[in-house]
Amino acid sequence: METIIFSLLNGVIYGLLLFMLSSGLTLIFSMMGVLNFAHASFYMLGAYFAYTISGVSSFWLALIFAPILVGLIGAAVEKWGLRTVHANGHVAELLFTFGLAYIIDEIVKIVYGRNAVDYRVPELLDFPLFELFGAQYPAYRIFILFISVGMLIALWFILNRTRAGLIIQAALTHPHMVGSLGHNVPRIFMTVFGAGCALAGLAGVIGGNYLVTDPAMAVQMGPIVFVVVVVGGLGSLAGAFLAAMILGLLQTFAVAIDATFADIFGFLGLSQTSEVGSITIASLAPMLPFLMLVIVLMIRPRGLLGDREL
Amino acid sequence: MKLMKSAALAAAFGFVAMGASAETLKIGFIDPLSGPFGPSGDAAMKHWMYAAEQVNKAGGINGAEVEIIAYDNKVNPKESLIQFQKAIDRGVRIIAQGNGSSVASALIDAVDKHNKRNPGDEVIYLNFAAVDPSFTNDRCSFYHFRFDSHAEMKMNAVTDWIAARPEIKKVYVIGQDYSFGQANAKAADAMIKAKRPDIEIVGNELHPMGKVKDFTPYIQKIMQAEADAVITGNWGADMVLLIKAAIASGHEVPYLTFYGGSLGAATAIGKDGVGQLYQISEVNTNLETTPEQNALIDGYEAAYHDSYYYHRVFNAMTMLDEAAEKAGTNNVVEIAKQLEGATLDTGYGTITMRAEDHQILQPLFMSVFSDNVTRGVEGLPLGWTSGDADRIEADATAMPTSCKMERPE
Repeated sequence: METIIFSLLNGVIYGLLLFMLSSGLTLIFSMMGVLNFAHASFYMLGAYFAYTISGVSSFWLALIFAPILVGLIGAAVEKWGLRTVHANGHVAELLFTFGLAYIIDEIVKIVYGRNAVDYRVPELLDFPLFELFGAQYPAYRIFILFISVGMLIALWFILNRTRAGLIIQAALTHPHMVGSLGHNVPRIFMTVFGAGCALAGLAGVIGGNYLVTDPAMAVQMGPIVFVVVVVGGLGSLAGAFLAAMILGLLQTFAVAIDATFADIFGFLGLSQTSEVGSITIASLAPMLPFLMLVIVLMIRPRGLLGDREL
Repeated sequence: MKLMKSAALAAAFGFVAMGASAETLKIGFIDPLSGPFGPSGDAAMKHWMYAAEQVNKAGGINGAEVEIIAYDNKVNPKESLIQFQKAIDRGVRIIAQGNGSSVASALIDAVDKHNKRNPGDEVIYLNFAAVDPSFTNDRCSFYHFRFDSHAEMKMNAVTDWIAARPEIKKVYVIGQDYSFGQANAKAADAMIKAKRPDIEIVGNELHPMGKVKDFTPYIQKIMQAEADAVITGNWGADMVLLIKAAIASGHEVPYLTFYGGSLGAATAIGKDGVGQLYQISEVNTNLETTPEQNALIDGYEAAYHDSYYYHRVFNAMTMLDEAAEKAGTNNVVEIAKQLEGATLDTGYGTITMRAEDHQILQPLFMSVFSDNVTRGVEGLPLGWTSGDADRIEADATAMPTSCKMERPE
């Protein structure tokens, strides 16, 4: 019972963090057709900016300004980088973001060093919120939960209940028509790219001290974010949400399960002492996202809720 | 213009040549300097640098100036072999490596291969931290010297500590999934069963190395198993994050670690870890010692603004120095012959490089994280301390070896 409740809590929080990261990516992809390889790098930038800002002022200012700063950088990248490359087609764009990811990586290493920085949870939130079955639950995790849910609601509201959202949704499917109606489509693209990057930055701000802030965080998060977007269905926000939740829960539950292959496939005659039988489910946790990616691509290439083929 | 250019070039070359001709003894330091284990390697490098500085101040080794050349291997065996080759090409004939038994395993092979193919141009390997027991047992090599007590020796001390506490009934073992973690898991299991058959090992978990960013699910598993004590061989980021998660979850049982002193751990746990975190190691800076040793610690901490941690690096450097002076040459095979069976009086007792397997025998200390210390770590008023009963004499740490050493003529 305790296992289930704790794994649910941790899984949901990790899932929400993943969703925050991938929502920007899936928005950008569905609107501009750009698979942004540098997306996880913006997540890293968010964490490092927050570290710097909270070092000189406070975490709360960082929470506001770091994502804005990341969003501005994202918008600038779109306006002066991507837009020029766009004329040369999607492959050029893909390569552009690929190179950008490396550049950001190296700049972070030069500025902040190769090792993890001491980006900490703010003192105000550094206390156990409640006790459950003898284990304390840190307040900061619940804070992450609230921020993520707040972002989720705000995103849904903007996209579905405002005029801006209406235009964005229209530009998703019919950019030429939207342009003909007198809307500035390049500006919409720039805003969406910037907003997507800001979301990644926000994930960095609250994820950087929850996990670790080091130059490897982009490289480690990058593949998982792509898994979320592909499994959810390219361009589908609801799909990304579903996929992020499934991934978050799957990974935490896998760690919590105390079983080996032999326990599950024992009926096939697999013994506890054999090479394969002694593999624990917990040790498979880091592999699960990619297993899921492969399986989804095989049996449902457009993803869980996607409406177009890859 | 052209003339000036070539003059400058010639001057530059002349300078390089001059630097090379002044006699130096190069030590190739191959360890992680980036990534999740970067802080561990970086701290070790600083200790080597400072040790070299001290030796050079006293006239070097047989008059030759010691130079530490650092190579970043990212705890990757393949990368380490590339760096090893680079070091060889630069004229390095003494390599130092410690963090990561996976790397050490590859390097031992590489050194043996090199020495077989290049008689008269051998390389020796000073291992200051890779503690997979096999390196001084079935895989022992004449050219490899281990300056840290291996995993079974440390585990022996840890399990003795547990065996002496009747209130401990359930033990959880967690470690990194590679040769060292696996060796540890096996040793813990066997030793606890032998010493206290009534203790139940409620979990023996291996997690992927350097990949886990949030250990909370693991901690919750340990808490549900109702463990009275946790044993871990984790180091680097895996140590820091494990302890961080344990503190955040309010898990208040003894954590018996090999590397609780990993850089960053003290900052991450703060006051909450006092009296709960233990470390088995060859030193803690609050031990009573000689004025010279205290001066060394002060000097190091002042020079690098970093905590004195790798005492064994200074042991290695001093033993290397003495062996070379005794051999009267910087030929590494002659040094190796002198290192065999060498002893050294340190500020914490006499240590011996056992001749039969090249394993150091040194006193070990079971230290506890405390807020009542004269010397803190990481700039905090917190540090490591131990009582008289927590000292394990060098002889008592010795374990039998299966090594059949092949020595050169």
